[in-house]
Amino acid sequence: MKDEVTREERVDALGGMGCKRKRVEDARFTQGKGNYVDDIKLPGMLFGDFVRSPYAHARIKSIDASAALALDGVIAVLTADDLRPLGLHWMPTLAGDKQMVLADGKVLFQGQEVAYVVAKDRYIAADAVELVEVEYEDLPVLVDPFEAMKSDVVLREDLVGEDGSLPDGAHGPRKHHNHIFTWEAGEKEATKQVIDNADVVATETMYYHRTHPCPLETCGCVASMDKVNGKLTLWGTFQAPHAIRTVVSLISGIEEHNIRVISPDIGGGFGNKVGAYPGYVCSVVASIVTGVPVKWVEDRMENLMTTAFARDYWMTGKISATKDGKITGLDCHVTADHGGFDACADPTKFPAGFMNICTGSYDIPTAYLAVDGVYTNKAPGGVSYRCSFRVTEAVYFIERMIEVLAIELDMDAAELRRINFIRKDQFPYKAALGWEYDSGDYHTAWDKALKAVDYDGLRAEQAQRVEDFKAGKTRKLMGIGLTHFTEIVGAGPVKNCDILGLGMFDSCEIRIHPTGSAIARLGTISQGQGHATTFAQILATEIGLPADSITIEEGDTDTAPYGLGTYGSRSTPVAGAATAMAGRKIRAKAQMIAAYLLEVHDDDVEFDVDRFVVKGAPEKFKTMKEIAFAAYNQAIPGIEPGLEAVSYYDPPNMTYPFGAYVCVMDIDVDTGEVDIRRFYALDDCGTRINPMIIEGQVHGGLTEALAVALGQEIAYDDMGNVKTGTLMDFFLPTAWEVPNYETDHTVTPSPHHPIGAKGVGESPHVGGVPCFSNAVNDAFRAFGLRHTHMPHDHWRIWKTANQLGLHG
Amino acid sequence: MSKKMHIQMTVNGEEQEFLAEPRELLIHTLRERLNITGPHIGCETSHCGACTVTINGKSVKSCTMFVAQANGAEVTTIEGLGNPDSLHVLQEAFKEHHGLQCGFCTPGMITRASKLLEENPTPSEEEVRFGMAGNICRCTGYQNIVKSILAAAEELNSAKEAAQ
Ligand code: FES
Ligand code: FES
Repeated sequence: MKDEVTREERVDALGGMGCKRKRVEDARFTQGKGNYVDDIKLPGMLFGDFVRSPYAHARIKSIDASAALALDGVIAVLTADDLRPLGLHWMPTLAGDKQMVLADGKVLFQGQEVAYVVAKDRYIAADAVELVEVEYEDLPVLVDPFEAMKSDVVLREDLVGEDGSLPDGAHGPRKHHNHIFTWEAGEKEATKQVIDNADVVATETMYYHRTHPCPLETCGCVASMDKVNGKLTLWGTFQAPHAIRTVVSLISGIEEHNIRVISPDIGGGFGNKVGAYPGYVCSVVASIVTGVPVKWVEDRMENLMTTAFARDYWMTGKISATKDGKITGLDCHVTADHGGFDACADPTKFPAGFMNICTGSYDIPTAYLAVDGVYTNKAPGGVSYRCSFRVTEAVYFIERMIEVLAIELDMDAAELRRINFIRKDQFPYKAALGWEYDSGDYHTAWDKALKAVDYDGLRAEQAQRVEDFKAGKTRKLMGIGLTHFTEIVGAGPVKNCDILGLGMFDSCEIRIHPTGSAIARLGTISQGQGHATTFAQILATEIGLPADSITIEEGDTDTAPYGLGTYGSRSTPVAGAATAMAGRKIRAKAQMIAAYLLEVHDDDVEFDVDRFVVKGAPEKFKTMKEIAFAAYNQAIPGIEPGLEAVSYYDPPNMTYPFGAYVCVMDIDVDTGEVDIRRFYALDDCGTRINPMIIEGQVHGGLTEALAVALGQEIAYDDMGNVKTGTLMDFFLPTAWEVPNYETDHTVTPSPHHPIGAKGVGESPHVGGVPCFSNAVNDAFRAFGLRHTHMPHDHWRIWKTANQLGLHG
Repeated sequence: MSKKMHIQMTVNGEEQEFLAEPRELLIHTLRERLNITGPHIGCETSHCGACTVTINGKSVKSCTMFVAQANGAEVTTIEGLGNPDSLHVLQEAFKEHHGLQCGFCTPGMITRASKLLEENPTPSEEEVRFGMAGNICRCTGYQNIVKSILAAAEELNSAKEAAQ
């Protein structure tokens, strides 16, 4: 049989890795046929809603629900007293702490859940919430972590012994009753020595403000307890459905096989939907009590005030260098504000996430990091907002420290970076704070970026602008923001990464159907990343069946293999690897079938795009489609029927994507307004699976970076009132504020990943925040500014200009 | 609270008649009463545009309109713009140019964009960005949304030209 189709055409027909495959998800979303949690409607379904605390710190003297219960359509009002007999008034957090499900005698932050109303519809539930009378006695409020570490006020009486002693926390000894942990990495003494004896030392303190991931869809769930079968089904906005199933089982006592957790379509996550929230627990209890399904969906204000803040790190750094700019040491101390409960979503052994990636892209021989976690009267959370476990904080820290050091050395910041980059020949590179970077080529990326934007030309233009400004010819300054970031994603190796004892592997299970199509199920869950599109591409290349013939299914714990979910850019590094490995198992069996069909030895056939061919005789082949059919209709000696495989992938290392970003902005000194003239982003995420989707991820991540750097924050007043609880005050950029981005790339594959991919979803956020912030700071460098805190909104920029005397 | 009003409206070309509390928000009428779940809820305070529908020829955020105010109105949602056999040009364009990721903003985006292109069939990029500023997307960074809308405008215009 003569093959008329060229090899190239066969490759194209697969729609495999590297092509700009259009997304399979889009048909339903563009027609309004997505299925998000609030779209779920079950017969007899009730609605839950919370009574929340108006106080940031108060004792609860009484709760009177009688008026609410008297309202027509109200079924129940749950309080901590109702949950106590079940042991559910508190729940474990991901960080080894515990958190009140419903206020147990006191409240620790504004918006805390006090009572849970169950009613026939959401209007009645809202009416009933208003009718629940709670008597509070207010207590002194601590919103500043430094104050909290000195204060006599005890926030968590449950963590202090009766004799006033301080039992160890989940991460070791505690220094004060409002202290949670100290976490250290690197060499304390050696670093001190290096810094004390250095030619040049730059010191700076920077506040990475509290913000919030704020996906467009808020968190919610529908709990349905089927009392006849004893089965609980829980639909919800879960970034980690299997972990949620295990947690629900552990805290409810329902056996895991009787719980089915389903993540339907998710309207964005960005870290907000990793944790377990009181709303889930109360809805489950309410469904168990009432025997009917109960839905709970938080509104935007509840979302911003209570579920999953991000950042809130006070970081003090010392960086030392020789006179000609070679960095010799780095010291970093962080005071981390965790709010009323430590509910950070980090791997268990990393209470400050991967903050110890804070030596960045630089060859820094000696370093030390210490992080102190502190309780305050703010909401719990501490999630990774579009980043991998505190990497955003780490990268912001080092990229600001480099700029400050450049000022100290009176050096160009681009050159300072260049002379300190880890060189290509140093990989795999063992960093001073413990990580082993897998691969990188920073100099190539950096030079490409600087050339693309004509860096020298920009600096000349900027110098001219300063002259013009001083001569009164313009009121606009020009800022050039630089960033070279190194991320650490793909958590992670089971030997050091787990959450609640669950190893952070991931999984893929593939079934090939007789007619040559397939379904693959994964332990991850897309929230917009397009997994159904890209994972099918990986498989198409691995198993030689067209991506269009492969269904990807995620998010149903009854069908998907166990996995730890999607966050921390771990889907491609971990589940993507599992997919490739499961695909290779399919291929290995297919090879045996092909050899049998072609009547040759297994070793005499080889894989070629979509078929196995006899070595040296390419006209003799069996396509994967033919092989699939044979797997189901032939009795092949020594081979079981069927064509299925499953792989659980425990990554040997993390992956280390990197990138070089440049931002050019004009700043109006009189209004504080910022005009982003140009943003160039070069990303190296290793092997590129779908360039269209990568580009989309970069645009989105940069926009979230712009938001955080230029205005987005969760701010509190001294009384612990949230000042930014609606989208009126909480900055989400619109199309009007956002520039067009220029994207570029280099490709440095990960040497330990089966397909060399590193993950990209979070890089632009991680690299973007310091890049925007550096641009603002850089604009004022000529006027003596070293550092000003984010967010750089118009008012703060105006204030900076004013303090520098630029308003005449 | 329980006094109900007699409401009549046309939604995506279909007559609807029912009794509702006047305080019921139109978005809930659509989503819960009529099972039209394309329009979404992202804020309930008029800021995000996820709930955007067209009412009597105007783009409206249905989370901040009482059903009583929509009495007698003509309402179009994403479900009324195209169907699986013949998608609206904008629906095609968003797919083609990767104008969506999680899809939560998409129904509101496309519904608003359809109106924008009626108001201004040949918008500049700047006019698209301004005209879409009432609709927030957390995923895409807007670049590909703008691209999708400009491409759809071009497509619609060349179709019009061809027809003339
Ligand atoms: S839900 Fe209507 S504008 Fe946000
Ligand atoms: S695609 Fe997710 S909010 Fe726009």
